[in-house]
Parts: sequence; structure tokens; C-alpha cells
Amino acid sequence: MLKIEHLKKQYKKGPLVLNDINLEIPEGQIVGLIGPSGAGKSTLIRCINRLIKPSSGSISLDGTNLSEASPKKIRQQRRYIGMIFQEYALVERLSVMENVLSGRLGYLSFWQSFTRRYPQKDIDNAFDYLQRVGLIDHANKRADELSGGQRQRVGIARALAQDPRLLLVDEPTASLDPKTSRQIMRLIQSICREKGLPAIINIHDVPLAMQFVDRIIGLQGGDIVFDGQASELNEQVLTRIYGDEDWQPADEQQDKGDD
Amino acid sequence: MDQLTQHTLWQSNIRRKNWLVWGTCFVLALLTVYCWSIMNKDTIWEFVYDAPEQGADLVSRMFPPDWFYINKLYKALWDTINIATLGTLLGLIIALPVAFLAARNTTPSVLFVRPIALFIIAASRSINSLIWALLLVMILGPGILAGVLAIGLRSVGFIAKLFYESIEEINATSVEAIESTGASRFQVINYAIIPQVLPAFLGVIIFRWDINIRESTILGLVGAGGIGLFLSSSLNVLAWPQVTLIIVVILATVIVSEFLSAKVRALLIG
Repeated sequence: MLKIEHLKKQYKKGPLVLNDINLEIPEGQIVGLIGPSGAGKSTLIRCINRLIKPSSGSISLDGTNLSEASPKKIRQQRRYIGMIFQEYALVERLSVMENVLSGRLGYLSFWQSFTRRYPQKDIDNAFDYLQRVGLIDHANKRADELSGGQRQRVGIARALAQDPRLLLVDEPTASLDPKTSRQIMRLIQSICREKGLPAIINIHDVPLAMQFVDRIIGLQGGDIVFDGQASELNEQVLTRIYGDEDWQPADEQQDKGDD
Repeated sequence: MDQLTQHTLWQSNIRRKNWLVWGTCFVLALLTVYCWSIMNKDTIWEFVYDAPEQGADLVSRMFPPDWFYINKLYKALWDTINIATLGTLLGLIIALPVAFLAARNTTPSVLFVRPIALFIIAASRSINSLIWALLLVMILGPGILAGVLAIGLRSVGFIAKLFYESIEEINATSVEAIESTGASRFQVINYAIIPQVLPAFLGVIIFRWDINIRESTILGLVGAGGIGLFLSSSLNVLAWPQVTLIIVVILATVIVSEFLSAKVRALLIG
């Protein structure tokens, strides 16, 4: 279980990006984090795996405190937190397999990883994950030979290779077309269900979020302004999160005019 | 009325610009004349007047080249190529850590370590390899070792500078991704940084080797081994046909090295 208490983040001389965030995410829950650009979504998930250092407050994963850990301890804990990125963040000139296996780096010595001598178990698992995301035939291709959707699948397999207890997902579909976006979200959702894995998905596409997540958290100016089920998300809530805007789809407005 | 004022104003603007351009040209012309007079204060014009004759005389003495002299040059040529290659290798070995210490995104400390690395780069780059060779011949005595060290020390700055610039240009999110798996600093370098910069690194090394072939041909002038040694001794005894041959050999070597480096680069990077 992930527990965040009184989390604050302020960049040097800047305003508060996160202002007293309190959050609990139980096993297996998929959380969609929505909010306007600059609301602090990215900062929040990067505080959890300590790519960003929080200013104050505590973050704990399964009872281990992450906010005040030493650099070595942080590296150990990062192994249990898989992260999936917007622009896939693969190492393009490495093979698909090497990208997936790089999820194991935290468990290996430098020399083992330098010589690419992975334990057979890691390799077997990596093939399983590639099978799971549907890329088993592409294992030896270079990552830059793949399409956007395929690259994101490699990103998912890399996160799985970490054998994580939590998934952090940063705008997984922002660079993908609507169909691929749905496939990727469905894949993430079903993997989380299979493994009982909690996930925080940072996402701009509200309808997509409503379709695939259990719980939605709305972030605005560093504060949580909404926390509830996807079905509770209505126009008032969207206005509270994003500000005034006409939230009706175009065709519905057309219908109203005709009446 | 308004339009008219605007029109006049616009013209006067052009005129001012014209005056500025012509004025600058005039000042530059004056400066050139002044510099020319200082430059040639010590020129003995009698020597310059018969320059064409002297030149023709030298050329006639330089031709035909002493083709058989080449048998003595093979070893020197081999030395020259070795000086360039080993020097490049030495430069690479020193430059690699320096580059990682100088790049903003990999240096352990922007405040303390980075300035030191940048100073090493500047120091190496500001001293020509011929001057490095002069100093090293004084310390180590004449020979190939001084040449290798001179080429190596000169290459450090060049290689490290281009290396650290390409390290700074890498895609930062790939680095973030590898860091987020719990990888250590060296694992991040190995998995996220090296693959991204490798093509640039190879290009730089080959380019520097190509430059070093050219630089190592003259190091012999100050006693640091290689074909330049023969050039300077031939010049000293006024053996012009030998000098011609050496120049031809240097030219051929440079052309071959340029051809080779282009081929290798295309093979590795393309």
C-alpha cells in the first residue's frame, strides 16, 4: 500500500508545486491522476520514486519510508516501483530485449550488467513479458525500429521486469493515436488486475481515464480538488479541476439546438 | 502630409546607413595601409623583386624528386602513423573520464569538479602539439615517445570537448527511465548514456585520428620522431629532391588517411 502524508514540493524560489498532498492507495487499485498542465501531476509521481526530492512530508510504500531514504536506499526501493513514460523513454540504440532486461539493473552488479550476463531466470521472465505485451517476435530488433505503440509495450515490459509493487505511469498515451491509446490502457489495466498491482496513471484524456481506472484524483494548483470514482466525474467537478469550459461534446450540443 | 513625413524619414535613415557603411570602409582602408607599412618595415625589397626567379630556381632544384630515397622513409612513415594512432588512443583514455566530469548532466559537482575538467580541456587545447612536442623533447629527450605524448596531450582537449557536448545533448528521459529501475550511476552511464553517444564518440575519434596523422608529420621538426625528422635533416643539407619526395609522401599519407576515415565513419555510423 502506498501512503502519502502532508507531501509538499517547492522548487528553488518557485511557488509550491504540491501543497499538502494526503493520499492512500490500496493493493490493486488503479488511480487516474488528472489536472491541467502545471498542476503538479508529474512532480507528484516523480516524488514517489524520488526522481524528485520532496520538500517535506512522508511517502511510504508497504511500510518503507521513501521520503527520507539515503541514496543507496532510494536505489533499492526504486526497484519495486515500475515507471512508464510518455515518450516511451527507451534507449533507442539498444535491442528490445536489452531494454526489457534493463528493468533488472537494480538487482545486478555493475559487472554483470556491463557484460550482459543476466541470470537465466531474468531472461525467461523477460521473454514471458514480451509474450504478454505481444512483442515476442521483436526481441532482437533495435528499439528505434518499432512503432510508437510497440515502443510503449516495450516500456511496459521493462516496468514489469522490475517485478514491481507499484506502477507509476506518466502520460502513457499522449503520443499515441486513439485506438492504440485504448489498447495500451487496456493492457496496463489487465496487467494490474492479474498481479493485483496498484498504479497511478497520470493522464490528460478524461474519457480514456474514466474508461479504465477505478478511482480518479483531480489535481489543481498543487491541491487535490477531487477524489472519487470515475462515475462521479461531472461538469462541476471538471470545472473545479480545469476551470470554466464548455464540457459538452459537439454533437450533443447540436442535438439540443435541434430540440 | 503624414505619408510625406514618413517618406522623408525613411530616406534619411538609408542615408545614415550608407554613410556608416562608407565610413567604416574608409577607416578599414586606412587601417590596412597603416598595418601594411608596419608589416613591411623590415622587408628588403630587392629580395622580393627577384622572388619569381628564386622560386623558379628552387623548383628546378626540387625536380625531379629523389624517388629512391623512399626506401629510407618507410620506417619513418610507419613511426608517424603509430605516433598518430597511439597518441589518439592516449588522448581518448584521458578524455573519456574528463568528458563525463565536464558534462553538466553527469558531473558529480557543477561547482567544484566541472571547472577543473573544463580547465584541463582548455589547457590541452590552447597549446599546439608542436609546442607540446618541444617541451616533451626537452624532458624526455628526442624520439617517438615524446611524439606520442605530444599528440595525446593535445588530443585530450579536442576529444573531451566534443564528447562532453554530445553527452549534454542526450535524451534525458531515457536516463530518467534507467535511473527509475534502481540502476547505479555507472549502470546508468553504461545503459542510458553510452548507447546514445556512441556514434558521436566514434565520429570524433576518427576525425581526431585524421587530424593527428597530419600533425604527427611535422613533429619530427623538433625531434619528436617520425617523417618530420627526415624533412628537417633534408632541409638542413639543402637536399631539395629529397624534400620534394617527403612532401609527396606526406600528401599521399594524408589523402589515404582522409579516405580511410571517411570509409570507416560511413561503416560504423551509417
